[in-house]
Amino acid sequence: MGVALRRASRYLPGMATVSAPAVAVGHGPPATIERPDFQIVPRAGLPLVAVVLGLLIAGIAVNELWPLEFLHVVGGAAWTVIDLFLGFVLGPIIGRLSIPARIEFTTRLMPKMVLLMPTVVTVTLAAGWQLGNKLGTVQSSYYLHGWVVASYIVVGVMAVIALGLLEPANIAVLVELKKPRPNPQVIERLMKRFIYTAGATGLMQVATLVIMTKLAAG
Amino acid sequence: MSERRLPPVTQMGMASLALIVTAGIYLSAHLPRHVSLGPAIALLGASTVLLAANLISLALVRDFAWDRFFAVARWALLGYVIVAGMIEYAFLRDHLRGGALVVLTLSLIVFAVHVPVLIGFTVARYAEPGDALGDAAAG
Repeated sequence: MGVALRRASRYLPGMATVSAPAVAVGHGPPATIERPDFQIVPRAGLPLVAVVLGLLIAGIAVNELWPLEFLHVVGGAAWTVIDLFLGFVLGPIIGRLSIPARIEFTTRLMPKMVLLMPTVVTVTLAAGWQLGNKLGTVQSSYYLHGWVVASYIVVGVMAVIALGLLEPANIAVLVELKKPRPNPQVIERLMKRFIYTAGATGLMQVATLVIMTKLAAG
Repeated sequence: MSERRLPPVTQMGMASLALIVTAGIYLSAHLPRHVSLGPAIALLGASTVLLAANLISLALVRDFAWDRFFAVARWALLGYVIVAGMIEYAFLRDHLRGGALVVLTLSLIVFAVHVPVLIGFTVARYAEPGDALGDAAAG
């Protein structure tokens, strides 16, 4: 760890130097880590989130098929792809990166996730519910009602995992990285939690794909 | 990394969220038929008890990084109140009324409070009491 941290002592533009205990070495002076300067919640993204939520409110208020279908399909596709890609492609890659590379990657990816995921999930679920109301697919008389209830259960489990484990880990790792002396062990532990839960929700997204294609095919 | 003994806030929080999600699924799965609110109220009640127990057990922790907890939790609360508001708007837009609306609205309140508590707790458990908030608070 100490070697890995020292190996990262090259300066890059826009990067802040912080010190961290050399955990594997155990003793000696703290090693330095270079990480990009970042905002935990990227303020530049807030207007985009406001626009997307505005579109969602408008879509629900208008209650027309196309905007609701658009918001639900685009949001759902983004949610599914991000979860699968993060859990099964990026996750294993991040796990094999050196500590400095992992830290740099984390500081660039995770702030975006703070805004992206809650927005995508809110848009998908709210538009999906409204769409189901309009099409009558949320009614218990719908002939594929069992599949719809299955989708509620899958989404419910994913929501509990995401809200209870994934989102808090996301914020906590960023706050830890903001500290003058981030603890690499804390970052490691939280990133593991983030990647494992992303993998679990990625698996559940496969179930979502099965259910949604069945509902679309009839 | 030395670990402090802390109450199982995350586990209880996830159980509380699972209970209100189950209540929501129970109500949604029976639409538009009239359905007994009893099971949904019981689930919501159990979820609220877990929320209260979580807050009390957390309040009793000594040397907890409360500054860090509140710095993070208040912004998370703002975010999740907006999310809950969007969901409530969809309920009202669909003319949901009566007991079901009350149960789902209260469930949204539990959700909007408990998730920021979980986020604040996860952040603060790795902070020292009186930690300078610095940029972390400002984002």
